[in-house]
Amino acid sequence: MKEKEIDNSKGISGWIDKRLPVFTFINHNLRDYPTPKNLNYFWNFGSLAGITLVIMIITGILLAMQYTANTEIAFDSVERIMRDVNNGWLLRYIHMNGASMFFIIVYIHMFRGLYYGSYKYPREILWMLGVVILLLMMATAFMGYVLPWGQMSFWGATVITNLFSAFPIIGDYIVTFLWGGFSVDNPTLTRFFVLHYLLPFAIVGVVALHLVALHQFGSNNPTGIDVKSEGDTIPFHPYYTVKDYLGLGVYLIVFAFLVFFAPNFLGHPDNYIPANPLQTPAHIVPEWYFLPFYAILRAVPDKLLGVLLMFAAVLVLFFLPWLDKHKIRSANFRPFYKQFYWLFFINCIVLGWVGAMPAEGIYVLISRIATLYYFGFFLVIMPLLSKFEKTTELPSSISAAVISEKFDNKEPSTSESYVK
Amino acid sequence: MLSRLLNFFLFLFFLSTLPNNISVIAATSKIELIEQNWPFNGIFGRFDKASLQRGFKVYTEVCSACHGLRHLSYRDLAGIGYSSDEIKVIAGEYEIIDGPNDEGEMFTRDAKMSDKFVGPYENDKVARLANNGAYPPDLSLIVKARAGGADYIYSLLNGYKDFPENFEAGEGMYYNEYYPGNQIAMPPQIEDDIVEFDDGTTASHIQIARDITSFLAWAAEPELESRKSLGVKTLFFLVLITIMLLGVKRKVWKNLD
Repeated sequence: MKEKEIDNSKGISGWIDKRLPVFTFINHNLRDYPTPKNLNYFWNFGSLAGITLVIMIITGILLAMQYTANTEIAFDSVERIMRDVNNGWLLRYIHMNGASMFFIIVYIHMFRGLYYGSYKYPREILWMLGVVILLLMMATAFMGYVLPWGQMSFWGATVITNLFSAFPIIGDYIVTFLWGGFSVDNPTLTRFFVLHYLLPFAIVGVVALHLVALHQFGSNNPTGIDVKSEGDTIPFHPYYTVKDYLGLGVYLIVFAFLVFFAPNFLGHPDNYIPANPLQTPAHIVPEWYFLPFYAILRAVPDKLLGVLLMFAAVLVLFFLPWLDKHKIRSANFRPFYKQFYWLFFINCIVLGWVGAMPAEGIYVLISRIATLYYFGFFLVIMPLLSKFEKTTELPSSISAAVISEKFDNKEPSTSESYVK
Repeated sequence: MLSRLLNFFLFLFFLSTLPNNISVIAATSKIELIEQNWPFNGIFGRFDKASLQRGFKVYTEVCSACHGLRHLSYRDLAGIGYSSDEIKVIAGEYEIIDGPNDEGEMFTRDAKMSDKFVGPYENDKVARLANNGAYPPDLSLIVKARAGGADYIYSLLNGYKDFPENFEAGEGMYYNEYYPGNQIAMPPQIEDDIVEFDDGTTASHIQIARDITSFLAWAAEPELESRKSLGVKTLFFLVLITIMLLGVKRKVWKNLD
C-alpha cells in the first residue's frame, strides 16, 4: 500500500497542508495507515476506550456545570441534576455507567495484550504508557465516586485514603495532607472535584503518547508475527474504520441498555443515602472494577503488607516486558502459556468475586490462594516459561496464516484467489 | 453470524432479568423478599397513575407524620396526574417559613407549587426526640437506597411479626423479618382501612402496601417513564444501525477476497 501524497500546491487544503500538515497527518495515521490484515474483534477495544474517554469528558463537563462541590449540598445538587435539570438523569447515568464501561473496555484491551504478547519488543513503552493510563483512570474513578457524597462515597474515601496511614512515620502526614484536614471533609471533597476534573485531560495527553508509540511500529496481530511485506497489511480506511464502527454499534447497544434499563445495577444502593460520618455502613465495598485489588489488599493480615501488595498488583504490570522474555508473542503458539493465561483470567474473576464478599471464613483462604496465583503468574510462571516453553509451528507470514485459516474453514475452490 | 446475533440478544435478555442491583446477588444469606410484579418493572415499564395517587394519599395521611420527602416539589405531582389547580390546593394546606420581608421579619405563608415538600420536623434532633431516639429517614430516595428496591419496601411493610422466643428486644422496638437485624423502631403502619381511597378501591392492607410502594418508587425515580421510553427508541435505532453497519462491513471487506 503506497501512501497517497497530498498535493500541497493546489486548493485551500493544499495551502493549509503546506503550512500545517494536518491533512498529511490524517492521511498517514487514519487513512493509508498500513494495518495487519488479520486483526480480530479484540482489536476494537482500543478505539472503544478512546471513544468512551470522549463520552466521559463531554458528559463530565456538562455535569460540572450543575454540580456543587460542597459537603452541605453536594448530594442535593446531584439529586437536582437527576430531577430538575433537563435530561440531567441521562447525563448522570451515562457518566456513572460510562465509568464502568470504560473499565470493562480497558480490562478487555489489557487481557488482549496479555494474550497476544502485545507488550513485547518493540512495544514495551506502548504497554507501559497503557499502565500509566490505567493508574490515572483508577485515581480519576475513585475521586469521581466520592463526588455525589453518599454513604459509599464518604466511607470509600475514608477507607482508601486511610490506607496511606499504613506507611511508617510519614503515613499520618500523608493522610492529613490528602484530606486537607483531620478527616474526610469539605476540603477533601473540593480537591477531589478539582483533580477529578483535571486528571482526564492528563489521560488525554498520555493517550496521545500511547498512539504515537503505537504508530511507531503499528498494531500487533493475532499471530504475533511481524509484518513482513506489503501483502500482510491493508489500509486502515476503509477496512478498519468500518470494522470499528460496527464494534461501536454493538458496544453502544450494551452501554445504552445499562443506562436506560439498569442504570443502578453496577452501583451500590447505599450511595443514595447522604454521607453520614457518624454512621458506618454494614459493608464498605468499592466499585466493582476495584474489587480484585481490594481482595488482594484484604488477603494479607498485615495492613502495610496488604497496601504494598495492592499497589504491587498494578505496578508489576510495568515490568511485564522483562518478566516474559519469550520470543514468541501470541499465546496461540504457546501451549503452556495459553493454559496459565486462562487460569490467570479466571483467577482475576475469582479475586473480584471474593473482593465483594465479607473478609471472613473460607473467603479469606480463597483470596490468599488467588493472590498467590496472581503474583505467581507474573513472577514465577512467566520467567520460567520464557526459558523452557517450546512453541508450536508458526506460519511463515501473516498472509500465510490468513490463507491457511480460510482453507480450514471453507471449500478449497473458493480460496483460489488467495494463492497468487 | 445470525446465531451470534441471536446469542447477543439472548445475552441482553439475560441482562434484563437481573435484579436492579448487583449487591442483591452478593447478599445471599438474607431472607428472600416478597417479589411483586410491578407495572414499572421491565423494559416497557410504566407507572399506574391511579395507584400512585392512592399511594400519595397514604403518604399524606400516614407516612408524612414522621417521614419527609425533601427532594420533591409540589409541582412534581403533575407527574402522577394532578392538574395545576389541584396541586395548588394540595400545596396550600402546608405552611412554610419565608423571609425576611422588607421589615426584616420572617413570616409564614402557604406553600406554593414551586416549594419543596414540607417535612414533619424542623431538624434531625427534634425528629429523634419525637421518635425514641430513632431517625425516620427521608423517603424521596428510599426505593433506590435499599437493596431489593420496591420489593424490599413492600416486604418490610408486610414483614411485622411477634418477637420470637429468646429474642433480646430493645425498648420500644418491633420485630420485622426483612429489616437488617430484625429490630425496627417503626411500629407497623399498614392496616385494613387505615385510609379511605377516593376512587373506591378497597383499602386492604395489601392494597395500601402496594400503592404506597409504587408511590415511593415514583418519588425515587420520577424520570423512569421517560427514561424507559427513550431507551426503547434508542435501542431500536442502535440495533437498526448496527445491522446496517454489519452489512457495510461485510461488503467493504469482500473487496479483499
